[in-house]
Amino acid sequence: MRAFTTFSPLRKTLLGLAMAGALGAAGQAQAGEVEVLHWWTSGGEAKAVGELRDLLEAEGHEWKDFAVAGGAGDSAMTVLKSRAMSGNPPAAAQINGPSIQEWGELGLLGNLDGVAEAGNWDELLPEVVSNMMRHDGHYVAVPVNVHRVNWLWANPEVLEDAGVEMPTTWDELFAAGETLRDAGYVPLAHGGQPWQDATIFESVVLSLGGSDFYRRAFVDLDEKTLQSDTMIEALTTFKRLRKLMDEGMPGRDWNLATGMVIDGEAAMQIMGDWAKGEFTAAGMKAGEDYVCAPVPGTKDAFTFNIDSFAMFQLGDEEAREAQKTLARLILEPEFQKTFNQIKGSIPARPDLDMSGFDSCAKRSMQDFQAARDANTLVPSMAHRMAMRSDVQGAFFDIITNYFNSSDMAAEQAAERLAQAAKLAM
Amino acid sequence: MKPVSTPGDATHTRPSMAGHLQAWLPKLVLAPSVVITLCFIYGFMLWTFVLSLTSSRMLPSYDFIGFAQYARLMNNERWWVAATNLGVFGGLFVGLCLVLGAGLAILLDQRIRRENVLRTLYLYPMALSFIVTGVVWKWLLNPGLGIQAMVRGWGFESFDFDWLVDPDMAVYTLVIAAVWQASGFVMALFLAGLRSIDDSILKAAQLDGASLPRVYWRVVMPCLRPVVFSAVMILSHIAIKSFDLVVALTGGGPGYSSDLPATFMYAHAFSRSQVGLGSASAILMLGGVLAILVPYLYSELRSRRHG
Amino acid sequence: MDSVIRSRTPMARVWRLLLHATLLLAALWYLLPLAVMVLTSIKPLEEIGAGSLLALPENPTLAPWLKAWGSACTGMRCEGMSGYFWNSFAIVIPAVVIATLIGALNGYALTKWRFKGAELLFGMMLFGCFIPFQVILLPMAQTLGWLGLSSSRAGLIFVHVVFGIAFTTLFFRNFYVSIPDELVSAAKLDGAGFFRIFWRILLPVSKPIIVVSVIWQFTQIWNDFLFGVAFSGYGAQPVTVALNNLVNTSTGVKEYNVDMAAAMIAALPTLVVYVLAGKYFVRGLTAGSVKG
Repeated sequence: MRAFTTFSPLRKTLLGLAMAGALGAAGQAQAGEVEVLHWWTSGGEAKAVGELRDLLEAEGHEWKDFAVAGGAGDSAMTVLKSRAMSGNPPAAAQINGPSIQEWGELGLLGNLDGVAEAGNWDELLPEVVSNMMRHDGHYVAVPVNVHRVNWLWANPEVLEDAGVEMPTTWDELFAAGETLRDAGYVPLAHGGQPWQDATIFESVVLSLGGSDFYRRAFVDLDEKTLQSDTMIEALTTFKRLRKLMDEGMPGRDWNLATGMVIDGEAAMQIMGDWAKGEFTAAGMKAGEDYVCAPVPGTKDAFTFNIDSFAMFQLGDEEAREAQKTLARLILEPEFQKTFNQIKGSIPARPDLDMSGFDSCAKRSMQDFQAARDANTLVPSMAHRMAMRSDVQGAFFDIITNYFNSSDMAAEQAAERLAQAAKLAM
Repeated sequence: MKPVSTPGDATHTRPSMAGHLQAWLPKLVLAPSVVITLCFIYGFMLWTFVLSLTSSRMLPSYDFIGFAQYARLMNNERWWVAATNLGVFGGLFVGLCLVLGAGLAILLDQRIRRENVLRTLYLYPMALSFIVTGVVWKWLLNPGLGIQAMVRGWGFESFDFDWLVDPDMAVYTLVIAAVWQASGFVMALFLAGLRSIDDSILKAAQLDGASLPRVYWRVVMPCLRPVVFSAVMILSHIAIKSFDLVVALTGGGPGYSSDLPATFMYAHAFSRSQVGLGSASAILMLGGVLAILVPYLYSELRSRRHG
Repeated sequence: MDSVIRSRTPMARVWRLLLHATLLLAALWYLLPLAVMVLTSIKPLEEIGAGSLLALPENPTLAPWLKAWGSACTGMRCEGMSGYFWNSFAIVIPAVVIATLIGALNGYALTKWRFKGAELLFGMMLFGCFIPFQVILLPMAQTLGWLGLSSSRAGLIFVHVVFGIAFTTLFFRNFYVSIPDELVSAAKLDGAGFFRIFWRILLPVSKPIIVVSVIWQFTQIWNDFLFGVAFSGYGAQPVTVALNNLVNTSTGVKEYNVDMAAAMIAALPTLVVYVLAGKYFVRGLTAGSVKG
């Protein structure tokens, strides 16, 4: 302290600047480095993305892992925005769905057309996927996988112990729920976070309204559809599901809810197929130790959630090279297979041989192709696939508030959804 | 009033180059701080205000739409929940901290043998980050793991304490954790105040035959008015800034029942691509701070001038 | 005023007993969360679900602490909290030193070399104590980019200094106001200059307020989360951000004991400061910033 106090203000400032300069220089990226911002922090996810790092490092580039946990990517998005505003974005960031377009419009994303042409992406990727990866006709992002969201997971031992079958309709599900409750199990494991509430809700809507109805409601944001009787019925069914959950659910992370199914504390969970990563990490086998089925009433439809990495414009030539390598590696069969087997999803390119995958993934791939042909492939509202993030945020607020409130009527919730849609126009 | 020495005095006694420099030095020393304050506080406030008048979504853009974002905010139900919550949370937090802090300080002032130990125990929560406080209280208040489970384990099966998961009560869990954290600090402020009161005033009051509670209420409390005032200011500023605690304890839930303006602003500006709306809410928050602060600054500067 | 309750009547004894009981009860309420944290952090995972919150561990273990310190995973990095812990120190120490120094000089200039508008300047700076930091988040991000300080430790230090000087100036100003001006005037007549007076007269008596300023800044900056998460890049994240990441990262089974150990690690430095120097903190507050 004493030594410092003799400095003149000027010298102090110079000292500060010198210090800042030294530290700043140390933080600069070196050649061939790719800083990757993502929110894959749970066990299975981290292991899956670890495969990508290994592949990249095998090619001589360095992977700088910047994982930000929490809030299904909310915290990661905050960091990304702050970094982008300061003109220092990471090389690659996990950005999904329509957000890619939003970032593209800002002119911050780099062009991957060269890599795409060399890798023949136009042929490899299903149109619904490749459209999402392009901004203004140019590739700006790489798809990692395709998740199916409308899955129901169950622990067969628990079902057997309570003497119930895997439900295929909502009536069966509610009946099974009561039996399970009497047998001392939590019928439906759930974590009360807005995105998890929305995950269940969108499946109920899909089930009761069908895929056209779903698209009118969540993609076209049609006010009449959002206030229709079908929507009100969906809201009512959704609220009834709450009775099948336990009181400790508010704020619980999704993987802890999956953990309840794994431990046999709970019987079922409605969650996307990333839940499989947790089952696998616990050493359980699909079809034996745990079972999967589409959410009741949605077996012909497929709600997709595509994870992708968007590549930012970089100044450094070698870093750009590393970035392109990363983009190429992501779509190569080797990575697509290992990654998706761990993560629980299916490859973003349907041409791959699915032999190494488990029964749930095989079924998912079959259903994906069937749904594509039947035009029943719908984007997940709960996972930023269907609408702009501001509208989605408003929808989340309404859904989660309705789900948790004791006095809000379904009609009222429907009306608010319509209102939010109107404001978005 | 003490005589005020102005830089003019210095130049008067030593009218040389060095003297001129000496006269300017204080201002030079202050200059960086003033520039920083102007740019980083006032400049940024203005900047945020400008943003609140634009249609900015994902990142700032400068497409002006007047006060439309404020109108949207007024129609936003979640904003009203957040604002009401701040009223409830702020009022209870400040009130309880003052009562607990003053009470404990008075009790601790009765020549207690282990005063040092007790004081440290009361004060330590203030050292913790709200993130840590949130993590611990989240656990204590979790009905399945925490206090409810513990008391039920003792045999009181019907004991219910599930505020954390009850949308109507979740905001009170924020109060519990925040009071736990800050009341010891308020106690320390009051204790410091009590120690500086002249004993003779008390003796005189007692000789007049006043009872103990009466002495405290009529004689001691009026002396402590400046402490109460400082405490209220510090506490309201903690309340209006509360962000980490909500993130770590309730996440704003269940639903958005325990949202506060600080978390509302953060959610909209950062995770929802509503920079314009988020900025508008930030400016309204600032308005709230101003309403509390202006009277404080006014009286602070007035009384200090006589100090 | 302590003589008030000290008479030895039976009634007074009952009161005295009640007084002690109340104080003890309050102490327990303040201690409960810490006790739960410590107890949980040394229990093996199996004991946590099974036993009561306050049950003593049957097989106490330091493994959760070691894991939290050195090998707990966030994302793919399984390095625990240790790196972030030192990061925090690397941010906190320069930020505290710089802000305290600037605050002391400002307080001195504002009180002992008063000039027209000094009060106004002070009021302006004081306002910086109270602005909700969300207001400045976005502009700050852009400015840090312009200054070339984004996502670095230097950037975080800079931000903390900028928003710390308001508080340190407040502390020192209120402290120096109570020091008689005559001392300074006399020195001025003797021809002592600005820095000489500061060094010889003000600084030697400033110890209590330096303690207050350092403790306050240290806790504020160490515990900061908002700036840490918004402005830090790879390798510059402070310990609070790491804690949040760790607690929100889970692999199937949630390791409450590791979470609690990590929380304790994040809290230890400020706790130590409060326990060791809390006395001086309170004393310093009496001496200056709060005029009772």
